[in-house]
Amino acid sequence: MAENRILPRRSAKLVAGLVITLGIVVFAVVAPFLVQDPRFSGNDALLPPSADHLLGTTKLGYDVLAQLAHGARGSLVVGLAAAAIAIVLSLIFGIFAGYAGGWTDEILTMVTNIMLVIPGLPLVMVIAVYMQSRSLWLVAFILGITGWAGSAVVLRSQARSLRSRDYVEASQVAGERTVRILLVEILPNLLPLLAAQFLFAVVFAILGEAGLSFIGLGPNGSITWGTMITDAYGGNAMSAGAWWWFVPPGLLIAVFGAGLSLVNFSIDEVVNPKLRVVAEATGRRRATEASAPAAVPASPAEPKTEVTV
Amino acid sequence: MRYYLRRAAFYAITVWAAISLNFLIPRLMPGDPADIMLAKMARSGEVTPGVERTIRLLLGSDTDQTMWEQYVAYWGNLLRGDLGVSVTKFPTPVVELISAALPWSIGLLGLATIISFVLGIAAGAWIGWKRGTWVDHIIPGSTLLQSLPYFWVALLLVYGFAVVNPWFPRIGGYDVFTFDGPQASWVFAGSVAYHGVLPALTVVLSSFGGWLLGMRNMMVSTLSEDYITTAEAKGLRRSRILLGYAVRNAALPSIAGFGISLAFVVTGAIVMEQVFTYPGLGKLMITAVQGNDFALMQGLFLVITLTVLAATFLMDIVYGFVDPRTRHNG
Repeated sequence: MAENRILPRRSAKLVAGLVITLGIVVFAVVAPFLVQDPRFSGNDALLPPSADHLLGTTKLGYDVLAQLAHGARGSLVVGLAAAAIAIVLSLIFGIFAGYAGGWTDEILTMVTNIMLVIPGLPLVMVIAVYMQSRSLWLVAFILGITGWAGSAVVLRSQARSLRSRDYVEASQVAGERTVRILLVEILPNLLPLLAAQFLFAVVFAILGEAGLSFIGLGPNGSITWGTMITDAYGGNAMSAGAWWWFVPPGLLIAVFGAGLSLVNFSIDEVVNPKLRVVAEATGRRRATEASAPAAVPASPAEPKTEVTV
Repeated sequence: MRYYLRRAAFYAITVWAAISLNFLIPRLMPGDPADIMLAKMARSGEVTPGVERTIRLLLGSDTDQTMWEQYVAYWGNLLRGDLGVSVTKFPTPVVELISAALPWSIGLLGLATIISFVLGIAAGAWIGWKRGTWVDHIIPGSTLLQSLPYFWVALLLVYGFAVVNPWFPRIGGYDVFTFDGPQASWVFAGSVAYHGVLPALTVVLSSFGGWLLGMRNMMVSTLSEDYITTAEAKGLRRSRILLGYAVRNAALPSIAGFGISLAFVVTGAIVMEQVFTYPGLGKLMITAVQGNDFALMQGLFLVITLTVLAATFLMDIVYGFVDPRTRHNG
């Protein structure tokens, strides 16, 4: 009963998610110092993985592991920067709209809904194509300003429901300023949801950057997982059978995304208690079914669940 | 009725916003796209004054017209269905290129989306129903599916089933060596289906996980509702509770999501189409981007956006019937 409601409970999912996520973050921060220059082309071309080159080399003789390490840095920077921009925008368009209500809400929600139905990738492409040189930051910026609408919808509905709670109305009556109510009363209750949306936005931006790179609209002159896949495709890695070139970057994107999703699951169980209570309640029901023939129906399983729920 | 009027008004405003955005983006960007395009066109053939005028209206350029006059003239061109002329396929009108590519994207993506939805919902319902047992261990695996970059999946499939084991064709929407162009015959349809296997599999693999997770979570929530307990207490058959009580209610959000996915089918799986050189809208968009074919790109963006809007509007109306609650909260 006295459990902490804000921090996720420690579960296998959470631990696995954190290990994967942090592992890749550490890889992105530390590994670039330990590998050779990712653009050093003195190695032999298309070497399969060996002791010298753990993940082999590319067509231009670049070391794949070195590229992967620097690419991790690039991809994470894009992901975090874009997600930060998207979250700030979704805070404005979601929480502020949901709290303010009235005409402000109508107009902000209208903008959100318009952004929601305008197809994302084509819009990003149309904007990116006019920029002749695109830095990593510019790509992150474009992905950020086009990818916030989904979170805004989620946050708005939650903020609307919080607005009518008693404790918020009490602080309004007590004469607290709107800014204070938003930051001190509303925001802390939205934190789990906000964290989940942020993690989701990071994955979304990394996938978006990879997609943009693949169609030639990625950052110029930077290495990301997306540019690696693109180079591999362009360098005919598939016909050459150089799986060590195109498999690792995509796999890392997928694994990183899965890690963040697992963390999100644990957060979800905080936000939506039904998801966690039910697993235990089912345990009870199955225990009941199993013990039914033994003439004592529900009672043996009952006390146990009282403790855990 | 109020609900439908509100939705109609919303979509009218969104259409206006999308078209204005299409008008504004090229004008806000650095450089002079119209001049770049016209210079390219001049290299590949004669540019008539009419074409030049259209291009300048589409992309903006220093003319003596005010912004407002340009905006009005731009609308005039749109209403006449004139989206300019492509540079990469000079002098084919943009409208012609788009209408040739549209059926490919809709056919492939539409079919793949339906398959993925049916499989995902069925699997999600089953995993949700069996919650608390060993099947829960499938869930973490499905998160991996969900965050796969889909063009990377396409690369793996090409590598596995077109390069290492040459079972399926690598590129194209049909066999270009046998057929000069699309034709209405069974042989041609067979060729299209054969070429569509790997692209469709890519879409199914990378979107299936999302449907599964969404449906599973809704199933779990729904199964804890009181009316399920009541149904169990009444001693209804398990299959009846599953299909008539749980799945029916749990599927509602997924059906809404399915509607939206269907609406977005026209955007094609842009990057996936690039991998397979599939002749859909996505491939066309990439051709436009790589050739700095701004007119084609703006035209595509406009057509894609308007089609998505029309489709989501339709879905809103349908969903209003399926779930009457939306009509009152909308």
